[in-house]
Amino acid sequence: MKANHAVMFRWLIRREVLLAWRRKADLFSALAFYIIIVSLFPLSMDPDSRLLRSIAGGVLWVSALLATMLGFHRMFANDFADGSLDQLILTPQPLVLTVIGKTAAQFLTIGISLILISPLLGLQYGLTPNDTRQLAWSLLLGIPVLILLNAVGAALTLGVHGGGLIAALIVLPLCVPSLVFGAGGNVSLVGAVLAPTLVFAPWAAAAAIRISLG
Amino acid sequence: MLTATELECVRGNRTVFQELSFSVRPGECLQLTGPNGSGKTSLIRILCGLMEPSHGTVSWKKLDIRHLAEDYRTCITYLGHRHGIKEELTPLENLQIICGLNGTEISRNHAVRALEYMGLANRETAFARFLSEGQRRRIALARLVFNSSEIWLLDEVLTALDRDGMESVQALIDGHLARGGMAVVATHHGLGLSQGRFQRIELAA
Repeated sequence: MKANHAVMFRWLIRREVLLAWRRKADLFSALAFYIIIVSLFPLSMDPDSRLLRSIAGGVLWVSALLATMLGFHRMFANDFADGSLDQLILTPQPLVLTVIGKTAAQFLTIGISLILISPLLGLQYGLTPNDTRQLAWSLLLGIPVLILLNAVGAALTLGVHGGGLIAALIVLPLCVPSLVFGAGGNVSLVGAVLAPTLVFAPWAAAAAIRISLG
Repeated sequence: MLTATELECVRGNRTVFQELSFSVRPGECLQLTGPNGSGKTSLIRILCGLMEPSHGTVSWKKLDIRHLAEDYRTCITYLGHRHGIKEELTPLENLQIICGLNGTEISRNHAVRALEYMGLANRETAFARFLSEGQRRRIALARLVFNSSEIWLLDEVLTALDRDGMESVQALIDGHLARGGMAVVATHHGLGLSQGRFQRIELAA
């Protein structure tokens, strides 16, 4: 029997998106968290439009980072606890593809929601259309980096008590380069971070899952 | 033929079993028995490649399963005692997704029939979270109804099942053996099979 990876990948995406939709509360709490943090800054600060415009990138990026990290250690932990991670590993699909599928589904659900709401939130900071476009691009390229790095953290701390905090400690330093480039509006540099992350992070996460299960 | 050669399993600093060799031929069922902690689950996880043995090899058609990787995984179906049923999904979704993930898509019609066979008629679209433990186990087992993989590795799958459910599973294993399949089953219950050859390994504590 020849394994058809395209079919399996489609089912994986369908599974992940369906599960995310059925656990809407998790999805919306991350989104609400993002909206609240971003909106609190303009309210609590001097309404000087120059100041707000200059901090907008940083605030949105830090908030996006925290929102993607919220509950992220559950990415594999839920499947680990109920035994479906074993099933995912035993599919004929290479584990790397499974990790890519799971992160892609995260991007399609939480990632896209964060990106779509960002231009609206940017209005509170008086961003010009040009600034907004640049910010949206940097988030579009940057959020996949954050999700992939979170996946590595989640895989490394699989089955560890208090794994969420350890995962955050592992992942945060790794997120710093994209944070610096993204908040600074360097879209091409964020893209440059995305490329190697896209290549190496799924392998690292797959290897970490194997170690955690052994 | 599935062959295990001089398997040894060490958990923590305790040797669970060692120098365990056996082979399972087409149409043969191997039952693993033994007290709790005797390594039944570890052995099954080693046989499906989820765990590395500390020593020894598992080979399928004379090739080490570590080298076969994906080619081996297309030949096996593993059901663990943690059954991997998602509570947020319905039995129908659970079944279609797990089959799809394994590259053996089944139609809605087939899935409904498989669930009916496992005694889940009219429950296909209820969320699994509203079903009992035994019924969730039945969803996991429904995967075996239209399953043509050569090796079945079943770990404590009869737990939480009623008499009726056990008989359905026995019938499924019988059918699988009659088609020339192989099965490794860890269970304390008698299997009462009527087809194929049967061997038993008793693991010591």
